[in-house]
Amino acid sequence: MSITGTGGTFATGYDSGTGYNFAYLNEQTKRMIRRALMKAVAIPGYQVPFASREMPMPYGWGTGGVQVTASILKTNDVLKVIDQGADDTTNAVSIRQFFEKTAQVATTEKTTDATVIQTRHRIPEQELDENQILVYQVPIPEPLRFLEPRETETRKMHALEEYGLMHVKLYEDISRHGHIATTYAYPVLVEGRYVMDPSPTPKFDNPKMDDMGALQLFGAGREMRIYAVPPWTKVTSLDFDDHPFEIQKWDQACALCGAENAYLDEVILDDQGGRMFCCSDTDYCRARQENAQQEAAE
Amino acid sequence: MYVAVKGGERAIDNAHRLLAERRRGDRDVAELSVEQIQQQLPLAVDRVMTEGSLYDRELAALAIKQARGDTIEAVFLIRASRTTMPRFGSSKPINTSSMAVDRRISATYKDIPGGQILGPTFDYQHRLLDFGLAKPADRPVAEPAETPLDENLPRVLELLNNEGLIEQASEPADENTPPSDLTRDPLDFPADRALRLQNLARGDEGFLLAMGYSTQRGYARNHAFGGEIRIGSVAVEFEPEELGFPIEIGEIMVSECEMINQFTGSKKAPPQFTRGYGLAFGQSERKVMSMALVDRALRADELGEEKVAPAQDEEFVLSHSDNVKATGFVEHLKLPHYVDFQAELELVRRMRTEQGIDQEAAE
Repeated sequence: MSITGTGGTFATGYDSGTGYNFAYLNEQTKRMIRRALMKAVAIPGYQVPFASREMPMPYGWGTGGVQVTASILKTNDVLKVIDQGADDTTNAVSIRQFFEKTAQVATTEKTTDATVIQTRHRIPEQELDENQILVYQVPIPEPLRFLEPRETETRKMHALEEYGLMHVKLYEDISRHGHIATTYAYPVLVEGRYVMDPSPTPKFDNPKMDDMGALQLFGAGREMRIYAVPPWTKVTSLDFDDHPFEIQKWDQACALCGAENAYLDEVILDDQGGRMFCCSDTDYCRARQENAQQEAAE
Repeated sequence: MYVAVKGGERAIDNAHRLLAERRRGDRDVAELSVEQIQQQLPLAVDRVMTEGSLYDRELAALAIKQARGDTIEAVFLIRASRTTMPRFGSSKPINTSSMAVDRRISATYKDIPGGQILGPTFDYQHRLLDFGLAKPADRPVAEPAETPLDENLPRVLELLNNEGLIEQASEPADENTPPSDLTRDPLDFPADRALRLQNLARGDEGFLLAMGYSTQRGYARNHAFGGEIRIGSVAVEFEPEELGFPIEIGEIMVSECEMINQFTGSKKAPPQFTRGYGLAFGQSERKVMSMALVDRALRADELGEEKVAPAQDEEFVLSHSDNVKATGFVEHLKLPHYVDFQAELELVRRMRTEQGIDQEAAE
């Protein structure tokens, strides 16, 4: 049985070949998650509670992202999974294998070829377009959680647009350190309404979320929340007029591809202080190295 | 460097192969059967069924074997498997008053109608290592009693209730409005008692034990007495829509604890004892006693008590009781975090440079 959607089909039902329903979850569960997703897209940045299921990977390891991906995957999708920007990190490998096994969809490491990208901690350097969906794995969806541990309180604060506490926190950072000391999971304001946690991506990636062509979906399994940023939505990083938002900069370029505007990982080479910096986005780095080689050959 | 190089996929495969080998252990030792685990480690099976929220002894035993004896890992396996199972409907409420009792004791009366029935318990044994168990041998068989158990085993708390000395048990749920379901709806606060009990029933035994213990040590003390603990088998009934009447579909073993707690009364209510309740699959006595203490503590609002301790804090207790969630999130700290860490490192270095420290290093 299959339902035809735009540009592909949602496979449904048990597959005797894999031994699982398409993409593991049963159809009722997928329907429940899709409803939450629709609501999330309709109210950008709002955290929609959903009845998260136990998945065969641990909570905190991407169960929210996996449930979102499982609910939106179509048979002709091409899936890319990254963790820390890389396709080959242990958890990215594990999640990619999970969908290869349970949904039998095509997978890729190339950002440009992917229709669905599930990510943990990074947004690809390559600009994403309207034919792509970016699925974030989210550990703590509530941007106000570390200021107010109670869910009953934070929900009220969102409802009343009471975000003063967050500004006080950022201000206290400046008065204490001279900087806003939040470097990742840096809070954003979505379309002028909801303050949202962008997941623990470095603030370097925040500007990419603004006016992005791709649909951005966020899944927090353990905390049972889904939220979304529709394509071409305004996403602003919180800041002050005299302390404008800034992203990280490096003195070095990538040691492998020479990129100067990419997020770099520091790799320790020895115990004498030797280190190198290279792109965290492995596909971006690979593509740049290949291009350079081609140009050199021409 | 376990992530910066290619080969993660092969390394994972190899790690799994090594795990399988270690699980098997020394090949000269006979492999443990699932049947043996079911028969000889039944309390581990009970705990995995309870916290896994699935009554299936065979699957629980298999999970224990697969998890190399790690209870929480076994619970996790059961929960993940549960996700894939369709739901046919809900059973009728079980009736623990008509339990075929294995054990039934009360700490509040010396003797009770039907008697104190000790059952299979460690309680009165000195905890001396029994070296006789080290080697297989013919084990003694317990002789059945000469007289069968009394058919009539009234509930101890009912005896108190008849005198009006204890609050009424909560009204049974209306059949037309089924209690909310933790596994089908996200947990929302404030939670009602049925939802809290669901959460506690699948909550981690160790967590509930510590929470319950804290109430005994003065963090929301509620003067508990072990009113009645009963362990035994109850029938499970299901009413298929097409039949219109309930049929018995099987039997499960459960442990139940009804605590009697002090309550001084108020202008609205006369002095009365109050209740705390615990229920779990199998023989899980420590679990149900802890659960009953925490259940009572969580009723602070309803009973107009001042909330001063963690065990009374619904959001705190219910949000942290699930060991599958807790272990996942704690253990996710071993996943790579180098992107976030790099972001912090960059800031700390920059701030140190700005403050004139590490000037040389920066140059």
